[in-house]
Amino acid sequence: MKRLGQRFFLGLVLVLLYAPIFILLIYSVNSAKFSLQWQGFSLRWYQELFQDRALWEAFFNSIALGLCASLLATVIGVLTCVNLFISRQKQHALYLLLLLLVIIPDLVLGVSLLIFFNLSQIPLGFFSLLIAHITFCIPFVVLTINARITTMDPNLYFSALDLGASRYLALTRILLPLLWPAVLSAFLLSFTLSFDDVIISYFVAGPDFSILPLAIYSLVRAGVTPELNALCSITFGLSMVLVVISHRLSRKTT
Amino acid sequence: MSEPLIEIRQVSKSYGNTLILEDMSLSIYDGEFLTLLGPSGCGKTTLLRMISGFEQPDAGEIYIAGRCVNQLPPQQRDVHTVFQSYALFPHLSVFENVAFALRCKKIADSEVRTRVMEALSLVQLEQFAERGIQQLSGGQQQRVAIARAIVNRPQVLLLDEPLSSLDYSLRKAMQSELKQLQKTLNMTFIFVTHDQEEALSMSDRIVILNQGKIAQIGTPRSVYETPRNRYVASFIGEANIFDIDVQNVNGKSLQTIVENVSLSCPNTGDFQAGDRLHLIVRPEDIRVWGLSEIENSDGMLPGKITEIIYKGSTVDLKVKLASGKIISASEFFDEDDDKLEYSPNENVWVQWLPGWEVLLPYEN
Amino acid sequence: MKTKAYSVYILYIWLFLFSFLPLLLVLAVSVLSKDSNKLVTLPLTLSNYAGLFTPVFAKILLRSVLIALLTTGLCLLVAYPFSYFMIKSRHRSLLLLLIIIPFWTSSLIRTYALIAILKYKGLLNALLLKWHIIDAPLSLLYSNFAVISGLVYNLFPFMVLPIVNNMERFDFRLLEAAQDLGASRWAAFTRVFLPGTAAGVLSGCILVFLPAMTLFYIPNVLGGARSILLGNLIQNQFLVLEDWPQGAATSAVLTAILLLLLACYRQQNKGRAR
Repeated sequence: MKRLGQRFFLGLVLVLLYAPIFILLIYSVNSAKFSLQWQGFSLRWYQELFQDRALWEAFFNSIALGLCASLLATVIGVLTCVNLFISRQKQHALYLLLLLLVIIPDLVLGVSLLIFFNLSQIPLGFFSLLIAHITFCIPFVVLTINARITTMDPNLYFSALDLGASRYLALTRILLPLLWPAVLSAFLLSFTLSFDDVIISYFVAGPDFSILPLAIYSLVRAGVTPELNALCSITFGLSMVLVVISHRLSRKTT
Repeated sequence: MSEPLIEIRQVSKSYGNTLILEDMSLSIYDGEFLTLLGPSGCGKTTLLRMISGFEQPDAGEIYIAGRCVNQLPPQQRDVHTVFQSYALFPHLSVFENVAFALRCKKIADSEVRTRVMEALSLVQLEQFAERGIQQLSGGQQQRVAIARAIVNRPQVLLLDEPLSSLDYSLRKAMQSELKQLQKTLNMTFIFVTHDQEEALSMSDRIVILNQGKIAQIGTPRSVYETPRNRYVASFIGEANIFDIDVQNVNGKSLQTIVENVSLSCPNTGDFQAGDRLHLIVRPEDIRVWGLSEIENSDGMLPGKITEIIYKGSTVDLKVKLASGKIISASEFFDEDDDKLEYSPNENVWVQWLPGWEVLLPYEN
Repeated sequence: MKTKAYSVYILYIWLFLFSFLPLLLVLAVSVLSKDSNKLVTLPLTLSNYAGLFTPVFAKILLRSVLIALLTTGLCLLVAYPFSYFMIKSRHRSLLLLLIIIPFWTSSLIRTYALIAILKYKGLLNALLLKWHIIDAPLSLLYSNFAVISGLVYNLFPFMVLPIVNNMERFDFRLLEAAQDLGASRWAAFTRVFLPGTAAGVLSGCILVFLPAMTLFYIPNVLGGARSILLGNLIQNQFLVLEDWPQGAATSAVLTAILLLLLACYRQQNKGRAR
């Protein structure tokens, strides 16, 4: 009986958690425009979506931005983690700074970068967004990779050197293959963070470079529309797939 | 003695404010099985790492085959290490692990195959070549680590406490295997351990370290039978230590008083009357007699049994002497000697044969 | 072999330029004055901070804090039993994944999904009417209720994950030991389990309270123009009023409050660890 109660509670919370998304999905294929009545299955909103050029542009911009930002953040993060691991130095100041970055609210980060870009005359657009996104992705990359690298035996790298490998070989043949799932997972996570970011992008995007989350934001403020339902369903679905893959990867043990 | 293969000249090393190695000099000869023995923190692993190239000395030089290697990185030294944690590459098969050093030198596939299988057969693991590392037991992983380090036929093999994570019977088996292997390959092995029994059974020479300095170097026998100082005497084997004063000296023997009993022993250290000494007797050299067995107790110390520990092949006894000092005695079961049944608090006589003790100058 | 970690310097420089420096600039701007052309100008002044000592700001701050506290409390109330049941369940890893998904996906979209449910002609009202629980539709959107619902809905996973993390490491044999010594189940819960999981609870509360104070788009979307919380205020000051010094000052005060809370948390932790 108690078991049943527990399962009921768990189920209820999960239903409440996912119901709104589910409803969103259902209404995105509802052929009715404004009513909540079910008026038949229809993909017309998705069709309308595909024809919306402005949204397509925003979508591709977000993808491009996400790929660049997560790539660079991952590279910097991997280099840092590997280097710290090899040199066996403790960098407390670095961890503190990264922790600070995670703790400080996105709002304040966005504001601070806005001021920075303005004072340094960097125009608001793709590059300002890229810099901002890399900056907030890095702590998560470092966190993800560090979680994996600290479980590795440092002697693996040293024994490769001992047996005659150059530093480059030891890195590419031994360390990186073992780290690969964590690196990929960090990359996917960064991409998701970048793709979905609203608050920081809000402050540093500027008028010319449109990205998807901000496009969604202005549409959301305007009200509920079926086309928006379709858009949100797709975006959410995409993020969800990435998260699941990333989760599976980070749990993979060699 | 030929020229040493490795020469360590006045090497010092500190970490921060702690001095790990102090002005250490050591010569290691080609083809010998040398053990660095000492407790944790004595600097033996640091010394090993300096030979392999992962640490640089703060002062002094290290020479390998006549060449100063202070600036030489580990990749370029003809020295390989077997790590305590084995450090086998988990994503490579046994074959590829062993082949790694050869692949780094870009050796042709056919030759790699021959040499890897040769190394694996030396450690009796030929059938395991295609297995993954996780499928192997601890002992098998150990052997792969060794095969991997010798496939290149380095001049020197360093082994950093490689047997410490194996259980007792496996350890014993591996000890003799390693010794055999070293003889077969005629390679210089430098072995690090804190287990003195291991050191005694495997080594050609033992270097005993104490807080960054060499306490004694010698063959297992010389180190055990003629320790040079109190540290070595108590570190290797067990030792009962008496602090004595030399009463007088007659020719080659000296007279002293131990536990109110007058004893005479050979004057091995050319000591003078009035010298303060340590008199050291090993437990296995002490004979314990029941009161009823002895008529003449000259030269014997009276005592009382406080503890009896049955160890299968031996019986270890703790005997409390008249002054309250407790000594250890170890007796082997001898079928002819039926008196090996002792009771707690039994009064006994304790003696050793003159010449079986070791005399050392007194240290504070 | 100690090699210098050169590429760590890349990170140091990056963080300094794009993280540490901008934050310093916020402080700097907060003591400058507003200018219609260049946005900020001398003279140095503390008037921006003085401008925060007004009843209007106090009211906003108070509302933000209350809403954040309420959000945190509600999240905790649901998340604590949820976490407990979750780690006891056979489907633990699946449940964990289901909690992680909302954690990493766009909370804007999830907030938007709530609108369809909460609005005047929305699903909730439709269901309540259908089941005759109410006679006329409730005006749920654009209210404190909507904002809190939105915050709880979005931040719930942030509360669950630290608590689960902590609970997993709890040694349940301690409860057996307590009962063996004579404690009732309730006593074992309050005297052993609760204190044992307090660290996770505290982390979760921090992870919910901080964003609840600063997420501005949720009150924006669900609360409408009437709902001004701290996050909206700052957003307003920067992008609508273009009063950067004032905005910077508000941000600085907000950050200071949050860092203070964190410092208290660390103090608590240190005391506990002893």
